[in-house]
Amino acid sequence: MKVVKVLGSGCKRCVATAEMVQKEADKFGVPVTIEKVTDYAAIAGYGIASTPGIVVDGKVVHAGGLPKPDDHARWLAA
Amino acid sequence: MSLNSITERAPGAGPSTAKWIGWTVAALAVWGVVYSQLVPFSDLVVTSTHIDPNSHLGEAISFFAYDTPKVLMLLTLVVFGMGVVRSFFSPEKTRAMLAGKREGVGNVLAASLGIVTPFCSCSAVPLFIGFVSAGVPLGVTFSFLISAPMVNEVALGLLFGLVGWKVALTYLVFGLAVAIVSGWVIGRLHLEHWLEEWVRNIRSDAVDLPPEQLSVVDRIKAGIEAVHEIVGNVWTWIIAGIAAGAFIHGYVPADLLASIMGRDVWWSVPAVVLIGIPMYSNAAGIIPVVTALLAKGAALGTVLAFMMSVIALSLPEMIILRKVLSVKLIAVFVGVVGTGILAVGFIFNALFS
Repeated sequence: MKVVKVLGSGCKRCVATAEMVQKEADKFGVPVTIEKVTDYAAIAGYGIASTPGIVVDGKVVHAGGLPKPDDHARWLAA
Repeated sequence: MSLNSITERAPGAGPSTAKWIGWTVAALAVWGVVYSQLVPFSDLVVTSTHIDPNSHLGEAISFFAYDTPKVLMLLTLVVFGMGVVRSFFSPEKTRAMLAGKREGVGNVLAASLGIVTPFCSCSAVPLFIGFVSAGVPLGVTFSFLISAPMVNEVALGLLFGLVGWKVALTYLVFGLAVAIVSGWVIGRLHLEHWLEEWVRNIRSDAVDLPPEQLSVVDRIKAGIEAVHEIVGNVWTWIIAGIAAGAFIHGYVPADLLASIMGRDVWWSVPAVVLIGIPMYSNAAGIIPVVTALLAKGAALGTVLAFMMSVIALSLPEMIILRKVLSVKLIAVFVGVVGTGILAVGFIFNALFS
């Protein structure tokens, strides 16, 4: 089970990003739990400067804007 | 934003890349041809309505029929170009360039990077904390936060389309100047203790993101995506703004505004800056209106000051920033930036008649 955290204050893109992660994970058959981190202090603790951010198993893999679909496979496989 | 356009799989290099570049060049060529035909097109529209082209209504229609396609086309071009340029930058890379920079040099760099770094006001708080906690000086962070929303592609594209590249360039240069000087002044005031306490306590290391590998095709797509998102969002405002501008163009007597917004009326500059603060998000609609006022005797400095105030000092952004800044610091921010904008207005009105 992979733990994916989506960092963002709840803006439209953050919601879209979380949906995208779920969709791609389903496509590859990778079980994930998606957790939304909306607290600014907690987001800042991950060291990013733009949202939405994506953290897979404790590692920051993406920050700022919608991720490219191709990248999900790489993150989820790692 | 359509998910379809981004879920397409990125094509590999080689023939597909050549195809994308070919299509982009072809699209730009078509753009050029259409653009060169806009004057005959607007004449045709006016003639087809059988209205005297010299009447009030005729002038208004001709203004609208010419300006709407022209402005939308130029805006599309500027937004596309900016979308491609921005694919080379990210807030994290910008932060790495700014961290530990001295004030002065740092302010200039931050304001310049503010133009090309992708920025969304919904990300203003994470960006602010991310910059400050990673060692970017407060004043340098402010230079970025002032320049990024103020010198944006919509404002530049609209000014380019409505009043020409000289005014667009002027807006860019003076927008940068306001961002650099305001950030520098805020830095010199040493107001770090006016940040909210929890912000001061955050110590985080800037994260190293895996390098993003974007192909030429990805960058072209980024440009198209920007057009889709930005022009798709603001075009209704622009058409409404140009329609209002067309009305002013045709019906408001020339020089009517000379007595209120003319360069000899000193108080008009502070007045428009104050009026501009509570106005927000209608930048796309407001620029076509205020530029139409130029032809009716409004002074360029006054109009520029108004636009800068509407765009750079906005109530919603202050409410967002209240999460990280104390009220006192927000007041200083508004005061310093407002003074800078005032200076731009006065300098302009004094220099150009």
